[in-house]
Amino acid sequence: MSSHDHHHNTDAIDVFGFWIYIMSDCVLFSALFATYAVLYTNTFGAPGIKELTSLPYVFVETMALLASSFTYGMAILAMYKSNRPRVIFWLGVTFLFGLTFVTMEINEFVHMYLEGHSWHVSAALSAFYTLVGTHGLHVSMGLLWMLISMVQLMMYGITPTMRKRLTYLGLFWAFLDIVWIFVFTVVYLMGVL
Amino acid sequence: MSHPTHDYDPHNEGYGTSPKTLSAYITGLILSFLLTAAAFFIVDKHLFSTSTIYVTISILALLQFMVQTLCFLRLNAGPEGRWNLYPFLFAIFVVFVVMGGSLWIMYNLNYNMMPH
Amino acid sequence: MTETMQKLLFGNLTLDAIPYHNPIIMGAGSFMALVAFIVIATITIKGQWIYIWKEWLTSVDHKKIGIMYIILAFVMLLRGFTDAVMMRLQQMMAYGHHLGYLPPDHYQEIFTAHGVIMIFFMAMPFMFGLINVALPLQLGCRDVAYPYLNSLSLWLTIVGAALVNISLVIGDFSGAGWLAYPPFSELAYSPTVGVDYYIWAVQISGVGSLLSGINFLVTILKMRCPGMTLMKMPIFPWTIMCAMILVILAFPVLTVTLALLSFDRFFGTHFFTAHFGGNAMMYINLIWIWGHPEVYILILPAFGIFSEVVATFSKKRLFGYATMVGATFAITILSFVVWLHHFFTMGAGANVNAFFGIMTMIIAIPTGVKIFNWLFTMHEGRITFSNSMLWTIGFIMTFTIGGMTGVLMSVPAADFQVHNSLFLVAHFHNVIIGGVVFGYLAGLVYWFPKMFGFKLNEKLGAASFVCWIVGFYVAFMPLYALGLMGATRRLYHYNNVAWHPYFVVAAVGVSIIALGIVFQVLQLIVSYKNRLKYRDNTGDPWDGRTLEWAIASPAPFYNFAFIPEVDSRDAYWEMKQRGLHPEKRAYEDIHMPKNTGVGFLIALFGGLFCFGMVWHIYWMIGLGLFGIIATAIARTFNHDIDYYVPAAEVERIETEFLKRKNA
Repeated sequence: MSSHDHHHNTDAIDVFGFWIYIMSDCVLFSALFATYAVLYTNTFGAPGIKELTSLPYVFVETMALLASSFTYGMAILAMYKSNRPRVIFWLGVTFLFGLTFVTMEINEFVHMYLEGHSWHVSAALSAFYTLVGTHGLHVSMGLLWMLISMVQLMMYGITPTMRKRLTYLGLFWAFLDIVWIFVFTVVYLMGVL
Repeated sequence: MSHPTHDYDPHNEGYGTSPKTLSAYITGLILSFLLTAAAFFIVDKHLFSTSTIYVTISILALLQFMVQTLCFLRLNAGPEGRWNLYPFLFAIFVVFVVMGGSLWIMYNLNYNMMPH
Repeated sequence: MTETMQKLLFGNLTLDAIPYHNPIIMGAGSFMALVAFIVIATITIKGQWIYIWKEWLTSVDHKKIGIMYIILAFVMLLRGFTDAVMMRLQQMMAYGHHLGYLPPDHYQEIFTAHGVIMIFFMAMPFMFGLINVALPLQLGCRDVAYPYLNSLSLWLTIVGAALVNISLVIGDFSGAGWLAYPPFSELAYSPTVGVDYYIWAVQISGVGSLLSGINFLVTILKMRCPGMTLMKMPIFPWTIMCAMILVILAFPVLTVTLALLSFDRFFGTHFFTAHFGGNAMMYINLIWIWGHPEVYILILPAFGIFSEVVATFSKKRLFGYATMVGATFAITILSFVVWLHHFFTMGAGANVNAFFGIMTMIIAIPTGVKIFNWLFTMHEGRITFSNSMLWTIGFIMTFTIGGMTGVLMSVPAADFQVHNSLFLVAHFHNVIIGGVVFGYLAGLVYWFPKMFGFKLNEKLGAASFVCWIVGFYVAFMPLYALGLMGATRRLYHYNNVAWHPYFVVAAVGVSIIALGIVFQVLQLIVSYKNRLKYRDNTGDPWDGRTLEWAIASPAPFYNFAFIPEVDSRDAYWEMKQRGLHPEKRAYEDIHMPKNTGVGFLIALFGGLFCFGMVWHIYWMIGLGLFGIIATAIARTFNHDIDYYVPAAEVERIETEFLKRKNA
């Protein structure tokens, strides 16, 4: 068996390993969710999420992230057709949607903080900022990764390595949208009930 | 191996997922949008009693989770897909244990406390 | 220098951080500095820095990474054991009017450091070291799935250990116990940097552990040689697979929990504080969701080692392979649903306590299955009492007793009497020393020839075993009695003078163990001096059954000239029964990964980040974070990461081995 043949095989192994990492990230979020679920009523007399959030605002955020999941899929389809300019285009669109999401979230945090609803106030708010913020941090790392990917695509073209890396990023991005489903349901929707 | 001339695998079988297609993505997008919009609508208009809403939006969330898993991640139970599915199921088991176990334990810690 | 300048440059770090007034710490720190100086001076004088960098610090070879892990474990064993000796001494001296030689806050740091070092910087590295050394060889492959991540994991762990050691002389270490329970570990009650050192040392090594977990799981699932189905691989990889599943699913919880504690301390959040709605009990709940799987992470590989050793030195196939696999899986799944038994007394109702108590009793059953399988393997086998076999027999006796005291405590009502007493301390040392330490030492002796090319001196090894096992019983059996008499853990002083004789006996026990360690050091020195006499020329010093014994000792850097093809369990044993034939195929070029300093660099930046977080040195935090990300990204632009070993080179190495083997 020629040793040159396994290159195709090692890409599948690498993607599998990344999937396993995603599984560990699921457990990481579950610990944050558990903490939120236990502490969200401990508002220590201060306003909780119910008073502080705006559902339409969160709906727009959610749509931005959902759209970005779809546009990333478009990037992958373009990758299969080896159409580099189109891949970079769709990655750019995805980046913009993702940036919208992060900007809106940072805006929400800054407003809350400046109005005195910081994490210093209560366990409930500590849990809120940490759970939602960790997700936002993951999205931000994904955006950075997207930028680097666009640069590398321009430098190297759609090599097998780039395909593999874009597959990783695709798994990561889809996973983040899935986590967000539970964030908006548990934190925001259940929060205002 | 099966693709001597191509370096890539457009059907993604090497990665153990179902083929990624435009129709799958569009289906996922539309279903996710509907499930999200429904959940927000139900809460915003307070359509049912509070406990019913809790159950409903939880179900909607789980449905959307499955939609995104099947349409975007393209997870499947085929011979290659199983390698991805089983770790996923085990992780979900642990997620339930962590969340459910924590909630059960933490609320139960008040069991022996005076009522107030 | 103005105060603002000082704050900007050094954060909270001042010259007062060095504990000048504490002679014990200054002595220990000076000793550490002296050892470091001697090592650095020796390397410099011999002009070996380039060699060390090229061949070791940048190595992505699993065999070398394994050796470095084991060296780390051994060094930290000495440090952790010193802490143990100091504790035994204090408890022997401090009864009634006598106060001993350690003030309470120093004693707290010692028992904390002892636990943290032994679990995170001795047992885990020892485990990852042995896995690195043996796993790819047993699976018939050339390396682990991700060699560069393997190097990164090693250096992250080493940086974590470095942080713990630095805390001795710059600042202090945590006094909050190895799990740092809040509210005591919060800023209000632990205002010094100790808990921060603890948090970041454990966090950075935890990242390393998680990456290793992924690495080894993927290696086992995807890189076995042709013909080696899962049910045909040796048992050791099965136990590693299950242990790594536990790592992947449990360590994220530890990461989150310690991060939340660090947020409380650094950002002023209120997850576990005593007011503003914090709930310290949630910390205890979360930390044990990690903590219980952690102990199974440590013990399962030891079980795997025992399976290999017992089969090899009974010259018999392992009894009940399939049930061993089943038992291992059962333990893996069950270990996620028992964690509350660590805090039965925290106040949950009877239903919750009963559920977890019953699950804890159930988890003892698959372990029992394993014990019987090992005994049945030995039954009617032709047993050689090699060092590894001695450790194994010692384990079977000792671990069983420890397991039984565990089942005793699984009954919540009984646990209410002995929770956090010396009975508990005796139990977990019973299973950790009897199980984990004996197991890893058995593995070390077993695979030592494969690592270094020569066997260890058997007599000194046997002497060290006798001292360890006798010393263990003498040190810890009194603790069971003390626990039943009401002695709690972590006492720096006690008033009940009736306890004193027991503590004396325990101190004698620890000195016997110390003698055992002396014998181990002697064993290393003597074996190295006589390495030509003890040389393993055949690659198969024990008449082994698995593939690692099919190649030279030490293994060539590419492991196998030809990837083996197998069709049964105990693949090498089968090959020997059929008769080993000389290789007739022509040698081929072998694809290998290139060494890289990226893992080392990222870990270094990680260390900077952690040190900055401890002392609130903001520029250092930023530099560390930026360095980690930039280095990782830079690596992705590097395409020169592999090479081919020419077939002629492979032929030369193999021919030389065959000449030695057949001579």
